[in-house]
Amino acid sequence: MIELRQVSRHFQVGDQTVHALDQVDLAIESGEFISIMGPSGSGKSTLLNILGLLDRPTLGSYRLDGTDVAKLDDSRLADQRQQNIGFVFQSFHLIPRLNALENVELPMVLAGVPMATRRERARHVLNSMGLGERLDHRPDQLSGGERQRVAIGRAIVMSPKVLLADEPTGNLDSQSSKEVIDILHRLNRDGLSLLVVTHDPEIGGQARRRLAMRDGRIIRDHNGASS
Amino acid sequence: MKPVDTTRLAMQSILRYPLRTSMLLLAVAIGVTAVVLLTSVGEGARRYVTGEFASLGTNLLVVFPGKSDTTGGGAGMMIGETPRDLTVDDAMAIERSPLVSQVAPAIIGSGTASWRQREREITVLGTTSKMRTVQHWSMRAGQFLPELDMDVASPVCVLGSVVRDEFFGRADPLGQWVRIGDARCRVIGVLAQAGLTGPFNTDELVIVPVASAQQIFNATSLLRIIVEVVSNDAIEGARRDVIEIVKGRHQGEEDITVVSRDAVLDTFNTIFDAITYALAGIAAISLVVAGVLIMNVMLVAVSQRTEEIGLLKALGAKQRQIIGLFLTEAVFLSMLGALVGLGFGTFAARLLNAAFPIVEFSAPSWALVAAVAIAVSSGLVFGILPARRAARLDPVEALAGR
Repeated sequence: MIELRQVSRHFQVGDQTVHALDQVDLAIESGEFISIMGPSGSGKSTLLNILGLLDRPTLGSYRLDGTDVAKLDDSRLADQRQQNIGFVFQSFHLIPRLNALENVELPMVLAGVPMATRRERARHVLNSMGLGERLDHRPDQLSGGERQRVAIGRAIVMSPKVLLADEPTGNLDSQSSKEVIDILHRLNRDGLSLLVVTHDPEIGGQARRRLAMRDGRIIRDHNGASS
Repeated sequence: MKPVDTTRLAMQSILRYPLRTSMLLLAVAIGVTAVVLLTSVGEGARRYVTGEFASLGTNLLVVFPGKSDTTGGGAGMMIGETPRDLTVDDAMAIERSPLVSQVAPAIIGSGTASWRQREREITVLGTTSKMRTVQHWSMRAGQFLPELDMDVASPVCVLGSVVRDEFFGRADPLGQWVRIGDARCRVIGVLAQAGLTGPFNTDELVIVPVASAQQIFNATSLLRIIVEVVSNDAIEGARRDVIEIVKGRHQGEEDITVVSRDAVLDTFNTIFDAITYALAGIAAISLVVAGVLIMNVMLVAVSQRTEEIGLLKALGAKQRQIIGLFLTEAVFLSMLGALVGLGFGTFAARLLNAAFPIVEFSAPSWALVAAVAIAVSSGLVFGILPARRAARLDPVEALAGR
């Protein structure tokens, strides 16, 4: 489904060129659960941004579902993000003035989904996250775990092909972390491809496929049940 | 994204920053208020002046001797400049035109008037009873000139308000005999104080029958003939008629000038319109300033909402959707401000009306439309730069809040 070939991403910092990604090859099949671990600055976030079409590779090719996305213009990239990719962030990125339901509706608003349909879908998704009682709460009225569940609801409401999560439990206590991880597991069992960048070895270890990165390269790609 | 959703999202962010929103609304509202108020003043002045003119009667023609002299100004008295005098007979001929309802001749001269020991130089107007009706003069006491034929003299006179006060003080002038030059006349009426109405300052006049004035000054030529036309629509026909009649009497020579009050009115209208446009233009500058303010505030809003913009991009918002969101916000702010300004301006014009009831201050409708249009388009124009800046943010940087 996803195929990166010889992808590099260089940043110019002063007169120094930083190789955030260095000739990365990566193929991801539909329905996989992948964790990416590594120290800060190892390139995990850059890899996630490129996979999520928020950033473009300096070199190399990226095929998403057979489409060479490196060649798409801005508007087509936006379409791809809208239809195929869901994002979950460490800091949730919920819009504070919207309630839980409206936050989940937001991607459908951008996609032009009619009001009645999107209301129904958002409600359904939040119910499945165990937030049926919290629909009209604004983010500042929700706990951290609840906020992240709203954010996950927003990420999956457009039924994307892959969910990209950047430190999804980084701001949560262990109980909330566990809930969030359970939900991610469940989504993956239902067929959603999952890519989680994390520092937390416990979460990383639960993934079937575990990537380790260092200095912009994938130094280990371990597939199989956790040891 | 549906327009209704764009609108809703824009409104939500307008409501989210009440202080910012009210400052912007105020800026735009002040500009619109300025436009409404200044054009109200210009329009009010125009209405006042043209209204005053109209009260003198708009269906009047003024006939001067001489061809090119459109200002009159007493040139008729200067013999030699005019090929042929305008006479009482001309006036009587004009009066026979079916398009003319009445005619008032005017002859002006200055002379010495005296009553008992008091003596002063005065201006004498020789005319007929018709002058009062065409000029809408009102009387302070007594009657105006009696209805005589134009060629019949009568030893009576009507005094202007100031003349009456200076000669008689507290005494009753009616029935008194006043000497004007070598002639004597009995005072039969006093005009109400009016100041400068039409061509004459009536307060300073002594009015006598036109034939009497001709005797006093030993002159036949008229300063002008004021012609009342049967209706407003007939003005042009009456003008041609008057010219033809006088031409026929002057050996086929067109040696008079006929001016309609409408022409004077038109000139005033043009002048006041120009003033109103100029005032509106000056006020519109403040709307452009408000536009610059909108731009600044929207730029701040873009940097405040960087993360939100990054999120929208991650969720699949296209550049033009983000431009649309910010532009809608800018246009809404300016539109709301314009509406508030219309309210302020109309209210302020009402206050002016209450303070000066004699003038009717109200903005012309084009000014209302123009004020709103300029406000909204300056919101649009000055909203473009911030909106584009938002749309072009790099999503990775924006999500990180950088």
